[in-house]
Amino acid sequence: MSLFKTFKNGIIDENPTIKLVLGMCPTLAVTTSAINGVGMGLSTTAVLIGSNVVISLLRKLIPEKVRIPAFITVIAGFVTIVQMLLKAYVPAIDKALGIFIPLIVVNCIILARAESFASKNGPAASAVDGIGMGLGFTIALVAIGSVREILGNGSIFGIKLFAGAVSPALVMILPPGGFLVFGLIMGAVNKATGKKITMSGCAGCGGQCKKISSGIGG
Amino acid sequence: MISQIVTAFLSAVLIENFVLVRFLGICPFLGVSKKTNTALGMGAAVVFVMAVASAVTWIVHKQVLEAFGLEYLQTITFILVIAALVQLVEMIIKKLSRALYNALGVYLPLITTNCAVLGVCIINVQKGFSFVNSLFYGIFAGAGFTLAIVLFAGIRERLEFADIPESLKGFPISLISASLVSLAFFGFQGLIK
Repeated sequence: MSLFKTFKNGIIDENPTIKLVLGMCPTLAVTTSAINGVGMGLSTTAVLIGSNVVISLLRKLIPEKVRIPAFITVIAGFVTIVQMLLKAYVPAIDKALGIFIPLIVVNCIILARAESFASKNGPAASAVDGIGMGLGFTIALVAIGSVREILGNGSIFGIKLFAGAVSPALVMILPPGGFLVFGLIMGAVNKATGKKITMSGCAGCGGQCKKISSGIGG
Repeated sequence: MISQIVTAFLSAVLIENFVLVRFLGICPFLGVSKKTNTALGMGAAVVFVMAVASAVTWIVHKQVLEAFGLEYLQTITFILVIAALVQLVEMIIKKLSRALYNALGVYLPLITTNCAVLGVCIINVQKGFSFVNSLFYGIFAGAGFTLAIVLFAGIRERLEFADIPESLKGFPISLISASLVSLAFFGFQGLIK
């Protein structure tokens, strides 16, 4: 696969959030505003690129049997780095994302890419795959975050839209709104593409998970 | 003491339900909640692992990480401790009770990286809970997860026969029903002053 195709694959064809339904917890939890979506998406992208490259470089050294714990250790290392950087340079984002920063470790997108792409391809392709998948995730988060912020807070990226003319539906930035908006967006994508989403989330990766004998949750 | 435990229970199970309000453990919530029986099995396994993980990570955090000033290794340590723990629990259950293993065994590997388990361990540390509090919080959080997943399984069993627009079938309708369940749980807010 050419590098461009790999890149496009992550953003459109196999968009991790909309098409593969991976990494649901951060998707629903942090998308109370568009800017949070950007923060979470880019943090995950950084971890994804780093872990993909390192795992790809180590792919011939890691024994088959202990590869999942080895992958998780690499991923956790990158998550720790990102966590410290966020705390140091963008404390506001760190505070808004809270517990979901350390929980990037168990984001199934990252382990799934390590298992299905980085452990089989070279470092350059893996880096591009990381960028594509990460941006696909970021775009989906920003889309959901924007809808929720506009409906629930009457603003986008913190800029007020309706000048107080319409009172926003607070429920949209509360947990029920997260489920509702994501469900409706997915329905709309289904309608637009005429395709049904076949993967059933992390349990859908359940088949895959059992194969890799560790399982992916999160 | 008892009133404290009851408050903690109500707060973890109803008011700040792990799945529906805190958004932790969504994947198994949507994936394994197709039948009430399997949902119960998964719930039981999660309660068990959460309790053990809360206790062990609390000890590791106090005795190893804090003692040596290594708090920044928290994420790596916790996830490895949980992964090892789940393997251990799986082996022990396999040896002790075949029936229990058959009931819970399939769910155990899936729990390793269930974000609710890592989540509960991190929250314990962040809130500075004592050992006993952590243990109880682990159990109650697991109970909240179980309640949510079993309730939702009941709804999904009924959804099987409902007439749903083609493009909403499957995942979207599950999310929309989850939204309604979550809305219902908001009714519990304000239960504790």
